[in-house]
Amino acid sequence: MSAEQDILQELAGRDYEFGFETQIEMDIAPPGLNEDIIRFISAKKQEPEWLLEWRLKGFQLFQKLSMPTWQNFKLPEVDFQGVSYYAAPKNQVKYNSLDEVDPELLATFAKLGIPLEEQKMLSGVAVDAVFDSISVATTFKAQLHELGIIFCSFGEAVQEHPELVKKYLGSVVPQADNIYAALNSAVFSDGSFVYIPKGVRCPMELSTYFRINAKNTGQFERTLIIADEGSYVSYLEGCTAPMRDENQLHAAVVELIALDDSEIKYSTVQNWYPGDADGKGGIYNFVTKRGICKGKNSKISWTQVETGSAITWKYPGVILQGDNSIGEFYSVAVTSKRQVADTGTKMVHIGKNTKSRIISKGISAIHGQNTYRGLVKVGPNATNARNFTQCDSLLIGDRCGAHTFPYIESKNNTAMVEHEATTSKIGEDQVFYLNQRGIDNEQAVNMIVNGYAKEVLNQLPMEFAVEAQKLLSITLEGSVG
Amino acid sequence: MLNIKNLHAAVEGNAILKGINLNVKAGEVHAIMGPNGSGKSSLASVLAGREAYEVTEGSVDFDGKDLLDMSPEVRAREGLFLAFQYPVEIPGVSNINFLKTAVNEVRAYHGQPPMQAKAFLDMLKSKQKLMEFDANLMNRSLNEGFSGGEKKRNDIFQMAMLEPKLAIMDETDSGLDIDALRIVSAGVNKLRGKDNAFIIITHYQRLLEYIVPDFVHVLYNGRIVKSGTKELALELEEKGYDWLKEDIRLEEPVQ
Repeated sequence: MSAEQDILQELAGRDYEFGFETQIEMDIAPPGLNEDIIRFISAKKQEPEWLLEWRLKGFQLFQKLSMPTWQNFKLPEVDFQGVSYYAAPKNQVKYNSLDEVDPELLATFAKLGIPLEEQKMLSGVAVDAVFDSISVATTFKAQLHELGIIFCSFGEAVQEHPELVKKYLGSVVPQADNIYAALNSAVFSDGSFVYIPKGVRCPMELSTYFRINAKNTGQFERTLIIADEGSYVSYLEGCTAPMRDENQLHAAVVELIALDDSEIKYSTVQNWYPGDADGKGGIYNFVTKRGICKGKNSKISWTQVETGSAITWKYPGVILQGDNSIGEFYSVAVTSKRQVADTGTKMVHIGKNTKSRIISKGISAIHGQNTYRGLVKVGPNATNARNFTQCDSLLIGDRCGAHTFPYIESKNNTAMVEHEATTSKIGEDQVFYLNQRGIDNEQAVNMIVNGYAKEVLNQLPMEFAVEAQKLLSITLEGSVG
Repeated sequence: MLNIKNLHAAVEGNAILKGINLNVKAGEVHAIMGPNGSGKSSLASVLAGREAYEVTEGSVDFDGKDLLDMSPEVRAREGLFLAFQYPVEIPGVSNINFLKTAVNEVRAYHGQPPMQAKAFLDMLKSKQKLMEFDANLMNRSLNEGFSGGEKKRNDIFQMAMLEPKLAIMDETDSGLDIDALRIVSAGVNKLRGKDNAFIIITHYQRLLEYIVPDFVHVLYNGRIVKSGTKELALELEEKGYDWLKEDIRLEEPVQ
C-alpha cells in the first residue's frame, strides 16, 4: 500500500513533457468577445463579406444559447470576456516555403516531434501546423496539388476555394448546434481544409498539429474535410499546449462530408496539458466533431486517443444518410490525476442498411473520472440498420470513476442494436503474474493497458499508434503500486 | 541454492507458515505434499513475493542472496520461477510479445543486450519443439480463452524459455487430464539438469510417477512435519494424511 502511495506521489509530481513556452513575438487581440473583435478577426484574415455575416450570426446565436446541463461533471465557469480570441506569430502573412517561417517556431514544432523539414523529405505525412490561431506551414502541398487534392489552412481555403467553403461550412455542425459550436463559428481562427476529388485515393496521411502557446488565448480552429465520390483520405490530428496555471479553452469544430462511395478516416491523438495533480490549470477541450455519410456506400471512421486536457467533452458522431453507409467510432480515453472526460459518439441512422460500430475503452486512474455517453438513433426509414456498441471501462486504483450512459432510440423495427459493456479493475493478480516473469510494475501496467486498448490502437496509422502507446504509458506512469 | 530457515508468514494477521525449514540444492527435485489448507501454495506465494503475504520471522537465502529483500520481479530475474496454480488471462497482450519482454528483462538484469528478433524466434521454435507446445497458442493473447490445460502448458513453456535456476510448480497437475499431465511432465523432465532445481507442490502422488522427486516433504499446519524419499509419497497415497495428523497431535503440546 505504501509503495502505491509513493508511486502516486511520484506521478503527481511528474512533468508534462510539452509544457514549454515559445518566446516569439505575437499579434494578440485584447481579451473580450464582442462584434468588434469578430470584425477584427475577419478583417485580419481578409475575409469576404458573407463569411463576416456568418460569423456575426454565430455570435448572435452564442448570446442566445445557454450552457448545457446534462454533462456528468461540474461545468466550470468560463469567463468568455477574459479570453483573447486572436493570437498569431507576428510579421507573417503567408509563407511560400518553410524557409520563411520563423526559426523559433520551427524549433517548437521540432521539439514537439514534428520536424516539418524532415517530414517533408522523409515520412510521407503531409502536415499542417496550427500555432495558436494561425496555420503556419503546410508541407507537401505541391505533390498533393498534382492529384487535385486541396490541403491547406482554413484561411487559405476561404480565399482560394470560397465556393467549396461556402457550400459545406456549417452543413454538418449547424451554428446553433450548441453554445461552443456557435462560439467557434463566431471567432474561429484557422484550421485545416481538405478536399479530395472524385476517385482519388489520397496517397499519404494528412496531418494537422495544433499548438496553443500564447497566454489567455483560446483556440478555436475549424476543420472541414470533403471526400468527393469514390475518394479516400486518412487524416490525423495531434495537439499540445504549454503548462499554465489558468485553464485555457479549446473549442474546435470539425466537419466531415463523405459523398458516394468515399471514405474518411479521422484519427486524433489528443495530448493537451491536463493540469497538475491538484487539478490546477489544464485545457478545457470542448469540441464538436461530426461527419455525414451523405452518399451511398460511404464510410466515416473516427479514432481517438484522448490522454490530455483537464476536461474533455466531445462526441464525434456520424450521420448515416446515404444507403449502405458505415460509421465507426474507436476511442481510448484516459483520465488520470484530476482529469475528467465525458466522451462518446452519436450514430444517427437515416439511410437503409446503414451500419455503425462503436468501440469505447475508458481508462481511469488516480482521481480521474471517465464517462462514456453514446447515442444510437435509428430513423423510421433506416431499414436493416445495424449497430454494435462495446463499451469497456478499466479502473486503476480505488479513487477513480467510470460511468456509462448509452442512449438508444429506434424507430424502425428491422433495426438491430447491440450493446455490450464491461468494467474491470487492473488485477493485482495480473500485475503479479507479469512481475513473476521479470517485468516491473510500470511495464506490467503498460502491457495490460495497451492490451486492453489494442482494438482501438490497431485502428491508428502505424506511426501514430506508436506515439499513442507511448502517451498511454506516460499518462499512466506509476498509477499502480 | 535455496535455504529456508524458520520461515513464518501471515496473511492479514493470520499465521500461515509457522517455521519452515528447507534446503534445496542444485540438481534436486523436491516434492511438497499435504492436505488442503496446510500452507503449500502459501509457501510458493511467499517465495515468489506476493504482496499479501507478510513474512514475520525467518530467512530465505537464494544463491547467497537474501530472497526476502527482493521485489517479485527481481526474484524472477534472479532465476526463481513460479508455475501458477491459476495462470491469469491478460487480454490483448500477445503471448509472444510478453515472452520477448520477459526474456529481455531477465537479460537486461544480467547485463546482456536484448535478443535479436531472429535469435529469439529460433529459440522460440526450438523450445516449442522440445516442449511439444502448440505454435498457434503463441500468437494468441496471453492465456485469453485458453483451456485450463493450455494455460498450464503455457506456463511450463515460459519456464523453458526463461531457463530459471529454481522452478516452483504450484499444483500444476490440478485440472490436467492424463495426456496433458504426461506432456507437462515430459517437458519438466527435459528441463531437469544439474544446475537447476524444482519444488513441486502437489496434492497427489500421480504427478510424482512422471516427475520422480529426490525428496518428499509433508506440509501440515504451516510446518514440514515429515520428510523422506519418493517412497513417502506412495505411503501417503495409500494411507492418506490422517495418520500423520494423529502423530502430530500426540507430539504437540495442547495450546
